[in-house]
Formats: sequence, C-alpha cells, structure tokens
Amino acid sequence: MSSHYEAPIRKPLVTGNKSYHDVSVDISAAVEGKANKQWWIVFSIALVAFLWGLGCMIYTISTGIGVWGLNKTVGWAWDITNFVWWIGIGHAGTLISAVLLLFRQKWRMAINRSAEAMTIFSVMQAGLFPIIHMGRPWLGYWVLPIPNAYGSLWVNFNSPLLWDVFAISTYLSVSLVFWWTGLLPDFAMIRDRAVKPFQKKIYSLVSFGWTGRAKDWQRFEEVSLVLAGLATPLVLSVHTIVSFDFATSVIPGWHTTIFPPYFVAGAIFSGFAMVNTLLIIMRKVSNLENYITVQHIELMNIVIMITGSIVGTAYITELFMAWYSGVEYEQYAFLNRATGPYWWAYWSMMTCNVFSPQLMWIKKLRTSILFSFFISIVVNIGMWFERFVIIVTSLHRDYLPSSWTMFTPTFVDIGIFIGTIGFFFVLFLLYARTFPVIAQAEVKTILKTSGDNYKKLRDKK
Amino acid sequence: MGSHKKYWKSELELSKDNSIVENLKNNEFASELPVESFLEDKNTLQDTSTNRRDFLKYLGFSTAAATLASCEGPVHKSIPYVVQPEQIRPGISNFYATSISDGFDFANVLVKTREGRPIKIEKNSKSESHGPNARVHASVLSMYDSSRIQGPTMDGQNVSWEQFNLNISAQLKSMSASNKKVVLLTQTFSSPTTDLIIEQFISKFPNIKHVVYDTISESKALDAFELSYNVRALPTYDFSKADVIVSVGADILGDWQGGGFSSGYSKSRIPKKGKMSKHFQIEANMSLSGANSDVRIPLKPSTQKKALLKIYEYISGENTNVSLDEKLDKKLKSIASSLKKSAGKGVFVTGIDDVDAQVLALKINQLISSDVINTSKLNLTRKGDDKKVSQLVSDLSNNKIDGLIMAGVNPCYTLSGFKKFNDALKSLDFSVCFSMNNNETAMLSKWVAATPHYLESWGDVEMKSGDFSLVQPTIKPLFDTRQFQEVLLNWSEISNSFYDELKSNWNKTILKGLSWNQALHDGVFSKNKPSNRSFKNLDLSSRINQLNDPNIGDFELTLYSKTSMGDGSQANNPWLQEMPDPITRVSWDNYLTVSKSDAKKLGLKNINESNGALNSNYANVKVDGSSLKTPVIIQPGQANGSVGLSFGYGRRNGVKSELQTGINGYDLYKDLVNVQIVSIESVNETHEFACVQLHNTLMGRGDIIKETTLEIFNTKNSSEWNRVPQVSLNHIETPVTSPDVDIWDEFDRSIGHHFNLSIDLNGCTGCGACVIACHAENNVPVVGKSEVRRSRDMHWLRIDRYYSSQESFSEDNETKDNISGIKESLSVFGEMENPSENPQVAFQPVMCQHCNHAPCETVCPVAATTHSRQGQNHMAYNRCVGTRYCANNCPYKVRRFNWFLYSDNNEFDFNMNDDLGKMVLNPDVVVRSRGVMEKCSMCIQKTQKTILDAKLDGRVIKDGEFQTACSSACDSGAIVFGDINDKESEVLKLKEDDRMYHLLESVGTKPNVVYQVKVRNT
Repeated sequence: MSSHYEAPIRKPLVTGNKSYHDVSVDISAAVEGKANKQWWIVFSIALVAFLWGLGCMIYTISTGIGVWGLNKTVGWAWDITNFVWWIGIGHAGTLISAVLLLFRQKWRMAINRSAEAMTIFSVMQAGLFPIIHMGRPWLGYWVLPIPNAYGSLWVNFNSPLLWDVFAISTYLSVSLVFWWTGLLPDFAMIRDRAVKPFQKKIYSLVSFGWTGRAKDWQRFEEVSLVLAGLATPLVLSVHTIVSFDFATSVIPGWHTTIFPPYFVAGAIFSGFAMVNTLLIIMRKVSNLENYITVQHIELMNIVIMITGSIVGTAYITELFMAWYSGVEYEQYAFLNRATGPYWWAYWSMMTCNVFSPQLMWIKKLRTSILFSFFISIVVNIGMWFERFVIIVTSLHRDYLPSSWTMFTPTFVDIGIFIGTIGFFFVLFLLYARTFPVIAQAEVKTILKTSGDNYKKLRDKK
Repeated sequence: MGSHKKYWKSELELSKDNSIVENLKNNEFASELPVESFLEDKNTLQDTSTNRRDFLKYLGFSTAAATLASCEGPVHKSIPYVVQPEQIRPGISNFYATSISDGFDFANVLVKTREGRPIKIEKNSKSESHGPNARVHASVLSMYDSSRIQGPTMDGQNVSWEQFNLNISAQLKSMSASNKKVVLLTQTFSSPTTDLIIEQFISKFPNIKHVVYDTISESKALDAFELSYNVRALPTYDFSKADVIVSVGADILGDWQGGGFSSGYSKSRIPKKGKMSKHFQIEANMSLSGANSDVRIPLKPSTQKKALLKIYEYISGENTNVSLDEKLDKKLKSIASSLKKSAGKGVFVTGIDDVDAQVLALKINQLISSDVINTSKLNLTRKGDDKKVSQLVSDLSNNKIDGLIMAGVNPCYTLSGFKKFNDALKSLDFSVCFSMNNNETAMLSKWVAATPHYLESWGDVEMKSGDFSLVQPTIKPLFDTRQFQEVLLNWSEISNSFYDELKSNWNKTILKGLSWNQALHDGVFSKNKPSNRSFKNLDLSSRINQLNDPNIGDFELTLYSKTSMGDGSQANNPWLQEMPDPITRVSWDNYLTVSKSDAKKLGLKNINESNGALNSNYANVKVDGSSLKTPVIIQPGQANGSVGLSFGYGRRNGVKSELQTGINGYDLYKDLVNVQIVSIESVNETHEFACVQLHNTLMGRGDIIKETTLEIFNTKNSSEWNRVPQVSLNHIETPVTSPDVDIWDEFDRSIGHHFNLSIDLNGCTGCGACVIACHAENNVPVVGKSEVRRSRDMHWLRIDRYYSSQESFSEDNETKDNISGIKESLSVFGEMENPSENPQVAFQPVMCQHCNHAPCETVCPVAATTHSRQGQNHMAYNRCVGTRYCANNCPYKVRRFNWFLYSDNNEFDFNMNDDLGKMVLNPDVVVRSRGVMEKCSMCIQKTQKTILDAKLDGRVIKDGEFQTACSSACDSGAIVFGDINDKESEVLKLKEDDRMYHLLESVGTKPNVVYQVKVRNT
C-alpha cells in the first residue's frame, strides 16, 4: 500500500490540523457564504472591462476589420497574438489535471480544479478571436465540415486554420468533460450540505445524481484515468497545431520546424504563470492557505523555470538557425526582430521570458509568495510579447521591401484584449463563488498520507 | 411628374350624370359584400365545412403569406428599351474609336461600351502616334462625375440654351457694332474643323481676337523652332531609332512637349542583338526619364544651361567660355563624344524653358544630323503663345478688353501666378466660360456654357501633321450640354450642326472621296504631307552669352507636371488622386521635393510615424512677393540647390471636398516660366502624407530585381547574370526549379490554355497606365487619403520603385554579400535603409504572381482561393470569410483586403457611392463587399471571353488575342500576356528567354508571372 504511505522527507500537502469535515467546510465556505465587498469591486471592474470589450467587438463586426490597426502587409496582429496567448494559458490546466494525474503527482489535487477552470475560461477567450478576426464572422460556420447545399464545396483540409478548428474544439470539449467529471462528487458534497431548496435543486442537477456508492467511485476513477489518457496528447497537440499556423507558412520568422515543441513549452510556461497569478490571490481571499501551500507554489515555480529555459533555448536556436540557414531573408528577419523598429518588443520578451524565470534557481525567491506573484505577471507579459514578436515583426518586414509597413493598435484592438481579460475574470470570479474551487474529494484521499497532522501522528509512532 | 391621363372604363362615362357611373365612382364594389347576412345566419355557418383546424390552417397560411409579401427586397428601377438598338446586346461590349484632346492630353483611343455606357479606355492599335497614358485611361471616370455642370447658367441661374444663345448673340452683336475688344481664349485644339469654325466666328465678329493658351507652356520651344525652321510647331521624335539619347531637363517619359514618347523610347531600351540605347539624363528633379536613364547627372537648372553649352561646345567646336568643375566637364565631354559617334542615331533634347537653349538643342541635332528628330512631321499638340497670353493679362487689367470667351481652359486656376487675372475677369461685363465643372473660372464668369465630356462629343484632331483623328460620341450626353463648336456655329448664325460641319470639312479637305465611315471606324486617318524644312542658321553668340549668365538666388524651383494629375483638369477623378506617383509613391498630394543635404540645411524633415505613415513639416516657398506653404518630400536624386513642385493640385472649386488636395503650383508659375528663383524657410507644422511605399531601398536583395550591364549581358553566359537560386539536396547544390526539391507532384498542364504574363524590366518606364487600366477593368475601389495613409491601398497592380542606397544596386548587393559578423550586419543594414543622394532607380510592376504552388491556396480554411488548370489563381469572393491568412502567407504581398464596405458608404464618398459614378463599373467583375480578400485575377473575365468567342466562331485563338487590362494598356510593350501552351506565342518565347526569372524563385512558388532581367547600358 505504497500509496498510503508518504516518506517523512516529503513536505505535507495539506497543512493545519485538518479533518475530513474541515476540508468540506473550508471548501464549501465560499459557495455557502456571502460575497464580500472586495469580490464585488473586482467583479464590477471585470464586468465593465468585459462590456467595453463587447462593445468593441460589436463595433468591429458592424463596421469592418478596418477599425483595427491592421494593413495590407500586417494582416494579423493583436487578434492572433491574443488568440495564441489565451490558448497557451489554457495549457497548464490540462497538464496539471491529466499529465500529473498519470504521473501520480499528488500535489496537483489542490490546484487542478482551478487550473482547469482557467483552461476552459481561457480557451473560451481564445476561441473568440478566430471568429471575430474574420472579415465576415457571420459566415464563420463555413470553416466546419458541414454537409451543405453548395454542391461539392468542402473545407480545405490543407489549411492549418482548419486544423485549429478541430484542435481547439476537441480540446475544449475534452477539458470540459474531464473538469465536470471531477466536479461531480464535489457538487454532490455541496448539494448534501445545502439548506436552501433552490441551491439544493441546482447542485443536484449539476452533480448528475451522484450517490457516492462504491460503484460510482470506481467508475469515477476509471473515467478520470481514461480522460487523462485522452487529454495528455492534447496538451502536446493543441499548441503544436496552433504553431502550424506559422510553421507551415513561407514567411521568414514563421517558417520554422522548431515551432511545435517551442510553442508547447511556451504554453505550459505561460499557463503555470497564470495559475500562479490566480491561485496566489485565491488562497488568500478564500482562506485556502492550508491547501494551496508554499510547497505548491514552489513546485509550480520550478515548472516555470524549466519551461522558461526551454523557451529561452528555443529563442537562441532560432537565431542560430537563421544564421546557419544561409537564407538572407531568414537572417534579416531575426536581425530585424532584435534590432529593427520593434526591438523593444523583442527585448521585453527576452527579459520577461528568459532572464526573469532564471531567478527561480534561488530557493528564497521561489518560495516567496510576493515574488512568485510578480514573476507570474512578468511571464504573462513576456509571453504576450513573444506572440506579438512572432506575428507582427515577421510580417511587417518580409520579402519585398516595397511592402514593409508598421503596425499600431487602435483603441478597438486594445479594447477587445482588455475585454477578454474582463470576460475571463468575470467567469473566474463567478466560478470562485459557485464551484468547489478545490477538488475536495481528491484532497480527502491524500489527507491521511500527506496531511500535516496525520503525517506528524505517523512520524511520532 | 403627375399624370393627367384619363382612363375610360366604359362608354357610359361619356354621358353626364349617369347613375351607374356615379355609383361606381363612389363605391369600390358594385354591390355590398354579404358579410353580415352570412355571419348572422347560424345555419349557414354550421353548414360550412371550414372547421377550427382548417381555420387555423388558413390563418397560418395567410399570416405567412402576408409576412412574406411584406419582406420585399430593395427595388431597383430599370427601364427596358422600347426599341432594342441593333448594335447593343446585353453582355456584349461595343468598341468605338475616338480621341481625347483636352489641351493637355492628346491620344487616340478605343472606348469599350457596355449596354450603351463607356466603361473603359483602350489603346487604338490603328494609331501610330500618341497612346493613352494613365490620365487618359482614367478620363472615362471624369465623365461620370456627379459634380459636373448640368446645363448652361447665367449669373449663376439656370437658363435654357435658347435663352443663353439669344442673350450672348445679342451681346456679341452689340459689342461688334461698337467694336469693343473681345478675346476668345482657348486651349490648343489642333482640330482642323474647330479652326475653321473659329475662323468663321471671327469673320462674323471681327472684333474678336483668338488667343491660344497652353496651361503648361511650350511656347519657348515653339519660338525656337519657328526661328530655326520658320514654322510655329514642335518637331517629332522617334526614340525607337535612337542609340544615344541625351536629355537636359526634358522629361521625355513625362509630359514634355505633350508626351507620348514612351512607346518609342521603350523599343530602343529592350536589348536586341546585343544592342540597346544609352540614355543620359541631366536634370534637377527626379523624373521618370531620369529614373529610367543609364547615366543621370543631377544639376540645378542654371548649371543645366551651362552643361548644354558645354555639350554644344564639344560638338560644334565653338568656344562658349563656360567653366565647369572638372569631373562634370569630363562627363559632358564623354556625352558629347558618344553623341558625335552615334552616326545620326543620337538625339539631344532639352526641357529648359528658354528660347536660346531650345535653339541650341535644335542646332546640336542638326550638327549630329540626327535621324531621331523629325522636322518635317510636326507635333501640333502645343500652340500657345506666352507673349499673347501675357499681353491678354495686362490688357485685361488695364481695362482694354471688354469681353472674354474661354473654352477648354481654366485660367483662374492656371493663371494664378498673375494675381490680376481673377479681379479683371470679375469686373468684366461679358465673360463666357465653356466648362464641364464648376471650376474656378466658371465661378467668376457671367455665363457658363456646360460642355460635354469628350466621350459625349464630336470632333477631330490633328496631333501630328498629316495624322488626323476623329472624335465621336460613345454615349448620348448625360446632361443638358452643348459643345463649344456647336455653340460657336449658333453664334455665327450658321445653321449646320457641328457634325454636318465636321463631316463636310473632312470630305472636302481631308478624305477627298475616301470613306467617311471607314475613317470614323478607324478613328484615325493618315495622310502624307511631305515637306522639307530648311534649317536656318542663326547667329548663336549672343544666345550663348545669355545662357551663360550667372544665376542669383538661394534655390531654383523647377515646376513639373505629375504623372497622375497632369495640369489638374481631372482633379475630380478619384482614380488619379489615389494613383501613387511613380517616383515618390505618394498619392493624394503634391509637395516640394528637396535634396537630402538641402533639407538638412533648411531643417526640413520626413518622418515615419509609429504606424509607418509618412509625415513632413512644411516649407514656405517665396517668389518675389508671393509665398506658398508646401509639404516636403526629401527626394533622392534631387540636385542640390534645386527644388521641385508639381502643377495640378490645389483645386478648390467644383471639386468634392475629399479630393481637394495639395497646393496650387501655378501660384509660382510666374511669366509662364517653369524655373523660378525662390527662397525657402521651414515651417514647424506637420503634414500627413498618404504614401504607399514606406521603405525605399532594396536592401541588397538582388534577386528581387535582377539586373546586369549590357557588357556582361553580351559577353557572359546567362548563368552568370541570371543564376537560378540553389538549395541543398543531400549536400549537393540543386536548382530550386528542379523537381527533386519539390514537395508537390506536378500536374499535367500541357492541355488547354496555360497563361503566363511577362514583365520586361527594361521596357517598363513606370508610367502607371497599367495601374489605372487595372483599376478601371476590375472595379478596384478607391479608399481615400486616410486609408492609403494606413497602408490600405487596394491596387491590384502596383509599381514598386526602389532606390539604390549606394551609387548602384550592384554595389548594394556586393555590400550585403560582404557583411561579416553581427556587428557589421547591424550597422550596414541600418545604412542600407537610406537611399543614396543620387541613386539608381528601378521599377517593378507587381501583381498576383499566380503561383502554381501558391502559398495562399493551401492556407485558406474554406478553399476560397484555388488554382485553375489555366494557371490562374482564383479568388471566390463569395466563399471568402476573411481570415487574411492568405495575405499573410503571400510572399509578394499582393492580396488586398476589404477593410470596410467601399461601395454605397458615405465614409468613402468616391465614385462607388453615387449612382452616376457607378456607371463606370465593369459589369463583368463583381463589386466586392467588406470582409473579403481580393487580388489580381489575371483578368479572368477577359480570358474567358476570348475563349468563348473563339469557341462560338469555331476557330483557334491567335497569339495576342489573350490580353489582360495591364498588358493591353502597356504602351511600351513591357507587359506581355499569353498562352504558353501555344508554341508560337510571344510569351512562351519570353518565358524561355535568357533574361527570364521568377520573383523570389527561392521560395519555390513557381509563379506564372515572369520577369525579364533589367539590363543597364552603363
């Protein structure tokens, strides 16, 4: 029964003197209690940002893509930058819940619920961009292979954008099912504790009639394992396919075989940073410090450090390949990235993504909550710049110098981006008030092995 | 328009007070409907078979039907022909030969009409002389200008033509009786019949004096020719014969002496049998001619005069006492010696606005016995006389003239250099202006006669002596307009119509028994008028001394006409406004061109804003008393100490507000001399330009524009000067064209047609006629200045212009290849972004390359862009959802996105926003909606028509039948289109030529557009 024993050298994953009941109470506290003032303030800000972004989207769709800052040479800028950024952020959730499940990493249990919620909400943001970036979004359904009355008209299976459609829709659906499956026992727990009839009704609906029989648990475990197995390749495939948008093109700076691993690493990098950002705040606000411990944050910081180094290596490999290829367009593209008119974007990216995570080698820094929060923000900024650098600086000066231009965003570009951030936080804040934010059923399974008090009890023997 | 027609229902209505009639009038139905009796009777109700379910069915149906009936689509009224004209068949275009002669542009053209409306101007292949330039191609849109004057006016009030003519005839008679001086001020018509009508008019009213006025004067050249040859005309030049072309300040590819030389010029520029002409250009502004020349020496106008003298000295041996610096002297000596050696195949031309200089130029050509200049066949497109115009202005301001009749001119705009003109015109009691637009002159004239566009007119023109052309209407006049000639006949009390007069004059004096119908069909009629003119040797010493006069002043301004706008008469034409200048690539503006070092001295700046758009500050340009605030372009190749400014802009009256662009260069056109001594100071205000090309140099990318010198071209194998890029296949260098390095399987393209387009970089002069032709053929939208500034121009075909950043492009390539190390590449690439002070220039027309392996086609998620068997890359607008992925993945950046709705949108108030302007649209090409991508289709509507026509006739298509808008507009033969599966075709020969290369061949896109390596004769 090795799974019930944990070496004393391992740090406890649940601190404080927690019993099973304490776990239930702590986790349902946010759902059962009333929202405080801060929640309302943050929620209002997020809602305003969301509505502003919605206004900008409506303006774009009703007037034309021309309200953005794009031009004949730079056909994608903030739209696809934001798309890739949000998709990237989504990756951490699946990695934590699926890959770490398969690797039996117990520390994921405290964070996987929120990480996966983050995944779903950010994939929703990401999914907005391919639709609204279309010149005629009302015909967006044409990218789906739907049997139609247009004769033999079909989608173009050669196009990476079509692959994106499949990749993202698969990813969203698998993530949603996986997330919801995990939620069932927890919803049931809330249902069972609920006193208000309305609440009870809702939670019995969303818990799909969970009874807690042994058979339920057995199936639950099986489904979780199967879904984890399904979701694991998705962690790699989704961002690989997103990177194909660029890698299969002919534009210097896009046409790179290194992109798939580079993008996946970058996605995990930015995803963990976002998880850090969210959870550092949540553990404080929802009094979950005993479940999301410094130990959790440290582990995530280590992932950030490693993926950051992979990303850094990729950046340098790109530069090397440009030189080694002997292709003048390729060489100029990278020279232009670092020293051209958008040098500031490149060096922001380098500073945020390559240099700053290296500070995590220092134990004192990676165990500092404040510093981790700061770096998580920095990394997210850096990763946004990475996509901006790849997309805009490659396009703005490609082959024929006659077509070289510059790109400046308009208020609509900025408004839509801020709007998606607002939308994301609206969803996340609602989630934090209505969902069990920690997979309490799972945490309870490790309480006796990794709980602080039980560990101490055992060690005393 | 109320109708008073009465419709009879029966004969009973004839009899008054008939009760039946009365009853019917008051009641819609003859008897009451039996509704009540029906509903009241319970039994009948129960007996009916309509049960509740049926009732609901009927209710449902009638509600649905009523709803459907109310959703009616927008109603477009169309009026069918009552009698179908025999020649007009819907869907079939008719072509009519006619000519434009607006006083500035003269050309023989073929007009394409669809369903009775002219939609496009084409070249008239029967004509040997002037082919249409960009402005002529655009002129069809000027007809559909909603701001045209729609009928004659008197004191701003609309009047009828009868009243108008009656009033003026009376005035003319009374003025004639009291012998008051009246002047008839006209453009150069160069029209035999118009001349006759004017003659008759003047004989009727002898108090009228005729003054001919060219807005941009060639009077000095005319004077010089008159002095040397006793005829007031211009010689003609056939540059196709030339081996050596020397031009001092003459923009031979622009509007110098009426233009129209580019086609001959290009013929001599395409290397044939190892030979091509060598072109030396000495000039102040960077002109099209300078950009195309082999050797360009930038000199300010006063030094140009000295250079001319020096060349004369070396040719004639006569000492001119001119001292120039040694380097320049050496260059001029070599120019003179190559002229001398040219054995009649050399030519010397000058644009210096000075009689003495022009006389010397004629003398030089006489000395080298040039075959290129033809002094017996004369150019008649310019006839204005500066002295008479100046006299007119001074007479006007001294109240010596009592009446002015103006036709084809807009002196209030073009004579703005004479401050007095406008006031004098305002105070005249009798002023008549013939005009199409409510322009500056029409605003100040008492009577305005609305004239038709040339496509609505009859007429004739003799552009070169013996080359007669006819002008015929291609559409019934859109408005209540009458031609100048028609009105003049009325005033002269000649009852003939202008058409009768024209026909009888032609039959009498020109055709002399030959068919009028044939002449009208051809549009041109040539007649040899042999005449040998003897050269008169003049005493040149005083002329030489005058030319050698040292100049004074800081800067010398050279006024020029821009390719797009010319003299400014078509300022209301959005196509021309949006057409980028071939040299500066700026649209919607004119500006002062300044050299880099002068700009630095004066504090004038060009800055690219954060979004890339070009900004400048202003300069105040002062010429004795009058000053003009102009934006500035720092122009590589501008001679130090000189500045340039174009005519044609700054129109404010009768022009839509979006099209009121630029500043009026005529303000500085003092005494009709195009070189002025000016002083300049910078003004600290920002001007925003709409420039379509923000990066000016080629960055040493020699495989984009491949070029070589004539010497290497003649002596070395093509693999040395036109090397196919190599890639590594298992560490072996393999050409990219090899199938071994291709990831695709090639289709069999040998069956059917396979279109290719060849662009000869030696033939292309950058004139831009193709850009406008493409605009007209393909309904390309105009997007306006602010959108062009955002780099969203929609041109399907653009002409890229590059400057070398060192003396030549080959030096750029060398520098780039020799970069070693990161540090050097950082600094060198930075330097390469700046053009040299006197750069080499290269033009490259770029449109969709129709790649056989198109990067755009693979990435479209909805397969909206696909390849055809015929080699064309299709764009299905209806299918496009607008992801723009194709545009991003296009290495040539030729795809254009509809960022907004450009038609029927008040934000874009150009021709596609009004019903009249929309008449110019080509019905064969769809108008794109917003959110879709568009691009060059290789004129698929034209190729398909050719194929279908041949199929109907059951014949094989001949080479040359396939044309695109650009290839048929190209006057210089640089663009050739055809079917490479036709083994006899010219395009196949060009494709297999040694000079052939593909743009960005290394990308492996396999384009169907090919380029021919540029050969420079340096």
